[in-house]
Formats: sequence, structure tokens, C-alpha cells
Amino acid sequence: MTILWAFIIGGLICVAGQLLIDLTQLTPARILVIFVVAGCLLSGMGLYQWLVDLAGAGALVPLPGFGHVLAQGVKKAIDERGWIGIFTGGFAAMAGGVTVAIVFGYIAALVTKPSGSAAM
Amino acid sequence: MTKSDYTNLVKQYSPGSKIAQNCLRAFVVGGAICVVGQLIMNVLLAGGMVRDDASLLTACALIIIAIVLTAMGTYSKIGKFAGAGSAVPITGFANAITAPAIEYKKEGLVMGVGAKLFIVAGPVLVYGAMASVVVGIFYYLFGGGR
Repeated sequence: MTILWAFIIGGLICVAGQLLIDLTQLTPARILVIFVVAGCLLSGMGLYQWLVDLAGAGALVPLPGFGHVLAQGVKKAIDERGWIGIFTGGFAAMAGGVTVAIVFGYIAALVTKPSGSAAM
Repeated sequence: MTKSDYTNLVKQYSPGSKIAQNCLRAFVVGGAICVVGQLIMNVLLAGGMVRDDASLLTACALIIIAIVLTAMGTYSKIGKFAGAGSAVPITGFANAITAPAIEYKKEGLVMGVGAKLFIVAGPVLVYGAMASVVVGIFYYLFGGGR
């Protein structure tokens, strides 16, 4: 059942992004930023967890889910360390994903010839 | 050109149907990427992994798949078809990190690969950090923080 909801919710979040591209002049980079910030703020207000519970990866894999991870990380860090967590929690929570992306992106750049077609 | 031909042409090029088609493609491809993520997560959870670790590893697996597809030039082809459907999932973030690093490697390992890895990731991290600090301040002051 989660798989069906993952498809529907994940798809709908992407449709929201597509509408932003088609109906506004926003570039994809700006939409990525907006989605991460929106996910983080929604999650901070407690309005994103229900979507994760319903749709699993459908809510976690799109970039608002990345923002959700940031918000949950900062809350957890504050619970554990007090105010210092305000500054450590977000980056600590995304460290794994970002580091993997950097390491494998770096290796890919070393072993791949530029073709002019890799960019979206 | 007959009148009906003209009507068809107008229909074909009108923004409404184009947008509907783009949205359908974004929905199907974006949804499919999330289903792949959910399948990976289900396998990890079935293996007894805690939920937080399973979601992190799922994200990492999707990131690695997207980087390999980017290096092969496949991800840009998916992107031309799917638009936001492949840009909005975390795989699009991985593509946005990798593609400029590949294209600008001739500018060197430091200012080429090193800097261009962050051409899209940089803004996302900057605004992600800002948003997380805002959330953190509110949570500390009003919500259960010590």
C-alpha cells in the first residue's frame, strides 16, 4: 500500500515542480531551493511527518523530504545538546547524503569525458 | 489549410495541453523514482534496519544510481522527457551536482570539479542551512527544546 502512495504523492510533488517551471519563470535550481526550504519549514511546523507516514519514499525522495531531514535533524540535535543543536543539527542530518553525492560525483567527473549532454 | 487543420494546430501548440502533458510525464517519472526508493527501503527494513538508517541508505542508493546514469548521459535524456519528474527527486539533486563537475573538469580539479560540484548544491545547502536554523530557533524557544 505504501508503494502506491509513494507513487501518487511522489508524482504529485513532481507535478507541483513542473507547474512552477511551466507557469512561472523559475529555473530548476530555484525550484530545488524552494522545495528544500518549504520541506524544512513545513516539517519544522510538524506538517510533513504525516505525509512521510503515509507515503514513505514518496515524501522522502523528492527534495521537500531533504528539507524534512534537515528539520528533524535540528530538532533531534536540540533535544540532545540544547541550543548548540540549532547550528549542528541540520548539516549533521544531511551529512551522509551530501558526502555520498560529493564523493561519487567527484569520481564520476574524473572518469567521464565531458560530452555537453550530461547536464539536464 | 482547412479550418479543422488550423484548429488542430492551435490545439497542438496551445500551452494548456503542453503543460498537461509535461505534468503527466513529471507525475509518472517522479512517482516511479519514488517507487524505486520505496522498494529499496522495504528491502532494508525487512533486513532489520532502523527506519532512519534505511531512509538515509535509500537516499544514498538513489544518489549513486543517478550519478552513474548522469555519467552515462542517460539522466539528461530522462530529464528531457520528464522535466520536474526527474529534477525534483533527490536523484535530480545528484544529477545537478555531477553534471557541471563533468562539464567543467577542463577548468581543473580545484576550480573546475571542486567548485562546480556546488554550482546547484551550494544554493541548496545555503538555503537549507538557513531554513534549518530558523526551524531550530523556533523549536528551541517554543517547542520542547531545553
